[in-house]
Amino acid sequence: MIAFLIRRLLQGALVMLTVAFIAFSMFRFVGDPVTNMLPQDATLEQRTELQERLGLNDPLPLQFGHFVTNAVQGDFGISYRNQRPVSDLIAERLPATMEMVFAAVVLSLVIGIPMGVYTALRRDSWLSHLFQGLSLTGISVPTFVTGILLILVFSVWLNWLPSFGRGEVVEIGGWSTGLLTVSGLKALIMPVITLSLFQITLIMRLVRAEMLEVLKTDYIRFARARGLTNRVVNFGHALRNTLMPVITITGLQIGALIAFAIITETVFQWPGMGLLFMQAVSFVDIPVMSAYLVMVSLIFVVINTIVDMLYFVVDPRLRVDAGKNTTGA
Amino acid sequence: MKPIEKTLAMTLLATCVATGAAQAKTITWADTSDVYSMDPHGQAISPTLAFLHHIYEPLVRYNKELEIEPALATGWEAVEPDRWRFTLREGVTFHDGSAFTAEDVVASLERATHPDSPIRGNLPAVAKVEKVDEYTVDIHLNGNYPLLLNDLTNVYVLDKTWMDEHGALNPVDPSKGEQSYATTHTNGTGPFVLDTRRPDAETVLTVNEQWWDEAEHNLTRIEFTPIASDATRVSALLSGQIDMMLSVPLQDISRLENASGFQILETPGLRTIMLALNQSPETLADSGEGGNPLRDLGVRKALYQAINMELIRDKLMRGKSRNAALPVAPAVPGYDAELDERFPYDPEAARQLLAEAGYPDGFSIGLDCPNDRYVRDEEICQAIAAMWARIGVETRVNARNASNHWQEALNGGSDVWMFGWATLPMLDSFSILSQVLTSPHDKYGAWNPGGYENPEVDELVKRISVAQDEQERLAMIGEAFALTKAEVPLIPLHQQPLIWAANDGIQLPQTPDNKVRLWYATVD
Repeated sequence: MIAFLIRRLLQGALVMLTVAFIAFSMFRFVGDPVTNMLPQDATLEQRTELQERLGLNDPLPLQFGHFVTNAVQGDFGISYRNQRPVSDLIAERLPATMEMVFAAVVLSLVIGIPMGVYTALRRDSWLSHLFQGLSLTGISVPTFVTGILLILVFSVWLNWLPSFGRGEVVEIGGWSTGLLTVSGLKALIMPVITLSLFQITLIMRLVRAEMLEVLKTDYIRFARARGLTNRVVNFGHALRNTLMPVITITGLQIGALIAFAIITETVFQWPGMGLLFMQAVSFVDIPVMSAYLVMVSLIFVVINTIVDMLYFVVDPRLRVDAGKNTTGA
Repeated sequence: MKPIEKTLAMTLLATCVATGAAQAKTITWADTSDVYSMDPHGQAISPTLAFLHHIYEPLVRYNKELEIEPALATGWEAVEPDRWRFTLREGVTFHDGSAFTAEDVVASLERATHPDSPIRGNLPAVAKVEKVDEYTVDIHLNGNYPLLLNDLTNVYVLDKTWMDEHGALNPVDPSKGEQSYATTHTNGTGPFVLDTRRPDAETVLTVNEQWWDEAEHNLTRIEFTPIASDATRVSALLSGQIDMMLSVPLQDISRLENASGFQILETPGLRTIMLALNQSPETLADSGEGGNPLRDLGVRKALYQAINMELIRDKLMRGKSRNAALPVAPAVPGYDAELDERFPYDPEAARQLLAEAGYPDGFSIGLDCPNDRYVRDEEICQAIAAMWARIGVETRVNARNASNHWQEALNGGSDVWMFGWATLPMLDSFSILSQVLTSPHDKYGAWNPGGYENPEVDELVKRISVAQDEQERLAMIGEAFALTKAEVPLIPLHQQPLIWAANDGIQLPQTPDNKVRLWYATVD
């Protein structure tokens, strides 16, 4: 297990280094930050001098080397745009993104699983057809359209929910939370629905497919033959066996949600990491962009490692294989 | 104040605020992007400087007619051509209660002109600042310079003791990886005090009761929120979450006009949108054939006259833009109404000119545009490409984000490229004359990658830069504009409209520089 973990960590470090390098070689295609940092009537001399100071004229491997050396020491530099340490900027925005993503994950499980179970058990009821139809919409409507529609209905027409921002937040030891105030919770509703719509659909379809598969297996038939109630068979035996892939997919989706909350955050002006990244791209704020990309790859690596370890815990066959390997070596 | 007194005072103040809550006047407003930094010498970006003007103040400021008026300085005179004496206002205090004196001005101007200062370019002529007495300073210039007052409107004054205490006497330098106390904290003399700030979410100001000037506004609180998405910003206004917004998208104007309770404020802005014609390369980047047709005056004029600006104004800009023949807007000193008449739209004449220049069948060319910078930027380029196609000039539009666009264009890689010029922060014609229309040399021509050169213009710019007499200076600017207009080094298109929207309860002046000055605002 420990050997496995070390191997995974080394692989993870390699992945992050590669991501950082690819990101770095792409930065030369996002443009020149100097035009954004100086007034328009700056002289040629001021522009070249700033380029020089920022090290933009250094060869790429040198710039990358600087970045890695500093990043390993936890120093991601200072934002060109906000002139504050990048690590502070990310730490400030992390809670906003995390709260939104976890609320979206919880919502997609709470809604997606029952819907999946229902459509699997009552395949021909009109409600199942409705769910199936809705899920098609959930997959095909782009996030920004959903977001704008929600804003139009619930903010402009009904005036129930705020169209932007996080509402009031409470600081708890450096973590700003919107979960403790009414305005914070209200502000969370629409972004979370927007973000989770696709996930709900995904989980519902996954649960339905797995459930249909499991319901055909022998032990379900034997359970029924034993005279167990439908409830025990469906939820105690069938559902439990469908959940493993759901957990795996959910885990992986958390990473994807964090990385791709960008659109939702832009539509709702949600002050999270995605919004920070968008602004960094348009300003060519290289320190923020590189730190964000490394951060996202770190999240993916960590989640993947956890999921792999969960397999170990859950699936006995993997442990047997690993055991053989160690004795064989 | 002793701590106990301070607590008492705070309690008293809190009670006053609580009882006065009925009169609380809050304005909540939004623009597309956040204020970048709270450090007035940290960024030379106009929206950031405009916002910080509520907290900090310069020696002289613009009023709502865009005329320069005294602020922290009450008077000034040029003792010698290169030494200006400023008399400072007495009885001004910073938000923390300390008095404003000459030392603060000296320290602030030294901070702004420090070699590491990001806004050093805003004070190009200042050589040295000297305290004469408690309320007098001398600013030494490195030569004659007519635009010192314009420059000073953008340089705000901080408290020396406060900067000293917090190690902020030197400016922040992003290339050194340091941050400054002043990036997140403020202590100014302005009409409002920073209350709280959550970057990208909300910046809150409260009124400064001790402000030296007589308040024309009746606000007690300002809440500023950046909302990047156009649709969300408009929705926030319609649903009453914000009272005012900048950058109203053209397509939403009629919707806001039809909704009851909202007003649209619009004025032609300072920013002139233009096409630069790159005369420097031997062959054009996006052209199949050899040679650079743009070197021919007839070709440049043909391209000019083939553009139907009325159509662009009426269809693309919904009638809101102001077509321009000069590269500066009417509000900019040096503007000359007589020169501001476009060569007429005449595709027939354009074809004729092309034929005379030896291109009877036209040629192909690239038109580079930003797609995230100006109002309808990409659409305008596409319309122009279609118009040029009709006189036989096959045009390929390359639209990309502004950062990439500038990089390509300023390195001379674009044939024809779109750009806008607001003459900010200087707010004078000299800004565009010196950086766009002068040949690249010394401090000039940073935005002239096409290498346009007219020795007469270069000479005029040199004389304008040191002119003492304002009338003479303006006359020379007019002369330079007349020369360049005849040579068509660039094609001015229009001034894009500034469109703000607010609910009916707000009275607020709108100036063409797109800067919000809430110390002139009242709320019902």
